[in-house]
Amino acid sequence: MTDLITGEPSVVAVGADLFADAVAAQSVPVERVDWQPPMAGTAADLATVAADPLRAEANARAVAAMLEVQAGLVDVRRAGELLGIGPGDFLHAGPPITWDRASGPMRGALMGAAALEGLVEHPEEAAEFFASGNGYTLDPCHHHSAVGPMAGVVSASMWMFVIEDASTGRRTYCSLNEGLGKVLRYGAYGSDVLDRLRWMSKVLGPLLGHATRDTGPIDVTAILSQMLQMGDEAHNRNRAGTLMLLRDLTPSMITSGAPTDDIADAVRFVGGNDHFFLNLAMPACKLALDAARDVDGSTMVVAMARNGTDFGIQTSGTGDEWFTGPAQVAEGLYLGDFGPDDANPDIGDSAITETAGIGGFSMATAPAIVRLVGGTVPDALATTRRMGEITLAENPRWSIPVLEFQGAPTGIDVTKVCRTSILPQINTGMAGAVAGVGQVGAGLVTPPVEIFPAALAALAARARARART
Amino acid sequence: MTTSSPADDAAARSHVQLRTGAYADSVTLLQVSKDVAATDGVEAAQVAMATPLNLDTLVAMGFTLPETGPNDMVVALRLAPDGDLDAAVAAVDAALLAATRRGASGEAQAAPARTVTSALRRADAGLVLISVPGEHAYVEAMDAVDAGRDVMIFSDNVPVEQEIALKRAAAASGLLVMGPDCGTAMVGGVGLGFANTVSPGPVGIVAASGTGCQQLMTLFDLAGVGVSAALGVGGRDLSAAIGGLSTRRAMDVLDADPATELIVVVSKPPAGEVADQIHAHAATLSTPVHFALLGAGEPDLTHAAEEVVRALGHAPPGWPRWGDGVGDVPAGDGYLRGLFVGGTLCDEAMLVAGETLGPIHSNIPLSPDLALDRGLTARTHLMIDFGDDSLTAGRAHPMIDPTLRLAHLETVAADPDTAVVLMDVVLGHGAETDPAASLAPAIAAAIETARSGGRSLPVVVTCVGTAADPQGLDRQVRALADAGAVVHASNAAATRHAVSLLAAVPTTGDAR
Repeated sequence: MTDLITGEPSVVAVGADLFADAVAAQSVPVERVDWQPPMAGTAADLATVAADPLRAEANARAVAAMLEVQAGLVDVRRAGELLGIGPGDFLHAGPPITWDRASGPMRGALMGAAALEGLVEHPEEAAEFFASGNGYTLDPCHHHSAVGPMAGVVSASMWMFVIEDASTGRRTYCSLNEGLGKVLRYGAYGSDVLDRLRWMSKVLGPLLGHATRDTGPIDVTAILSQMLQMGDEAHNRNRAGTLMLLRDLTPSMITSGAPTDDIADAVRFVGGNDHFFLNLAMPACKLALDAARDVDGSTMVVAMARNGTDFGIQTSGTGDEWFTGPAQVAEGLYLGDFGPDDANPDIGDSAITETAGIGGFSMATAPAIVRLVGGTVPDALATTRRMGEITLAENPRWSIPVLEFQGAPTGIDVTKVCRTSILPQINTGMAGAVAGVGQVGAGLVTPPVEIFPAALAALAARARARART
Repeated sequence: MTTSSPADDAAARSHVQLRTGAYADSVTLLQVSKDVAATDGVEAAQVAMATPLNLDTLVAMGFTLPETGPNDMVVALRLAPDGDLDAAVAAVDAALLAATRRGASGEAQAAPARTVTSALRRADAGLVLISVPGEHAYVEAMDAVDAGRDVMIFSDNVPVEQEIALKRAAAASGLLVMGPDCGTAMVGGVGLGFANTVSPGPVGIVAASGTGCQQLMTLFDLAGVGVSAALGVGGRDLSAAIGGLSTRRAMDVLDADPATELIVVVSKPPAGEVADQIHAHAATLSTPVHFALLGAGEPDLTHAAEEVVRALGHAPPGWPRWGDGVGDVPAGDGYLRGLFVGGTLCDEAMLVAGETLGPIHSNIPLSPDLALDRGLTARTHLMIDFGDDSLTAGRAHPMIDPTLRLAHLETVAADPDTAVVLMDVVLGHGAETDPAASLAPAIAAAIETARSGGRSLPVVVTCVGTAADPQGLDRQVRALADAGAVVHASNAAATRHAVSLLAAVPTTGDAR
């Protein structure tokens, strides 16, 4: 402390430039803060949360718990078996939603899944079935230790990856990636879509399951570390990760004794789908973030998820409560003749990657896809640096070479979002607004602003309640 | 031929724009307002955040305002008869851009940090200096404490419960919180906030008062005694609510510093039990502690400075005085009017003058029954602290922005009840680059206003500064003396001088 008056002075200055200027004029190094007022109406809650004696320690614990998780792929099995769901039970992406509020792609995916499970003969007939409100359940993936990209619809006969944290035995789950274009998760439900899903359940899933069990746990966290150094941000670009997974699984697939045509089809399918690894990145991120849940006083975001209608977040310090607002339409590039009018609002659990610090947060490491949104490489670097303003830590395992191996900005802090008005940057695909259309583009999106002050208010209410007792 | 009155005409030339979500600090906006007001075709311009005080000022300027929120920036323009609105708005935009642009560099630079936490990741700075609006200061300060850094909070209007929480958190981590409302500090030879340039030396200062600290530093400088460090603690630190948390910490820091031979604590007299705790704490230190406590029955700051100088084995000098102008001409009947930028200097002047004149009304009164109304006028002796929280919400401190005080000087000079004017000028880092440039002509005009009304109006000024200050003590006092003021280095001496000039000393309050 006596360094204060005897050491070489150096200063961080926030507020009026005049005072920073006066210090700089005395040849003292000054790091300036570009301060702006916080989001409207948050000043009192920010002060309350800043004063919460649990906050600093709680956030440190939440971050440490998240960073400790080592995610391994241990199995691939039927959803019905893994999650205990039957033919009438459907999981979906995002916060809870009912059929009457569901968007086009969400409805399309549910209709396709109903046909896949044999509840209806043709997907079109399922609209009436779901509208009736009877004979089915609808529940968020997040409520079942699972995540699903885009519509995220999971039904009993689909196969899922099983990701496990060896030290605790905790598990998370995610369906297998179907590829791009007309696929169920984008709301398409044509016969080609359902045929592909049936093949995935009959051939691909069992083969991957055998190979995974035979090869032993595959370190998904480590593959993520490597792919971030190979130009993947693990949300909109998963090319290197997919090929590393294939490298690890192919020998056991070959020796599985399955028909060689099936093996060739499976290898061709995985190798030809650049997004295959996304469905491993997502549950690995969820596994890590779930470790940070339920720390009293922590202001860290542990889930961001969208159902095509609502965008929801959960924080470590507020249990299972969702803070929701209207999902936004992404800005980006459109396939073919599609345009902004064709796009559905933001959808999918895949924002779990950004929540964990990859995807849009690690955009700097994926310059190959910056043109997706008409951006530039400097924009990508700036995005990752900007996300550093709203996060609690850098992930030392996930380092970004072009930023001098800086760690991925990790652990979104609700208070920092409210203080800076910087919203999390999410890379995403865009689904067509009409059920059955499928993918129409890809781009960038942010959450609705108001959910962060809402989460902050709940954190502040809990801090006040603790202070009273 | 126009039928409209001048007032209607002025209203027609007035334009108000709201810029929701735009923000710049009050100092920046002061510069922007000045630049725009100096534009051809603009008669008056005020660009300010929509705080209640600024809105009052805008209404007083004759602007009609729409509904505003606290995060709105208000652009108020009154055009000259030949003025062009588009040109004036363009001037606002240009001035805002110029004021917010950082040093342009050819290289692409990383965007600046947006929070103190982020800045501390980039730079291993030992001290965090905070001057954001008071309601937001605590959150930034907690970033510093969380990161294990000492912090100085210049901001005022910080809620007292936040000050308590902050200082408790800092104490638990062995950190020093200087402030809130800490105007002055000097550490490692560097002046922070409003600080005078002095030589290194044996005296360490712990100050609950910024201008009190500056008065001591500058008097020591004139006596040839240097200062090891000056640690501010904030005006409320020695209140019962805060209990001197920062004062004790600051005393410990100075006690551990081998260069500090003597510690001076400058403050208003602390609350009873806090005074006992601080004295008890002082007794545990190996460095002798002097107290310069500003209150009824206590010696003034100049006297306290002299005692310290003597304790170090030097003889106090005669404190300098410059100019005589009309200063020694006895005034007519009337009252003493003090217009201060330094709260402690205002307090000290009320205490010193009060010995002779009795109670003095003020916006920072020594007792509640002496409070001034919002108009800051009364037919009594009165002293106004323009640096008080109520007059700085959403606008820069009067040491930076002299507008309010200069306007009030004009009002006071035109008031036949005003017999003598007493003012302070504080030099040093952080303060206006040339305060005499606007104050000297205003003083000359005030004296002339009185003269044309058949009165003589002595103006007595305390100038707190050193030869090494950026503004230059000599240049400033010469300009003020040339304008007709009498200038003192000692505020107590200036006050006694002003009191002596009152012709007959009327009793205050209900004399008329």
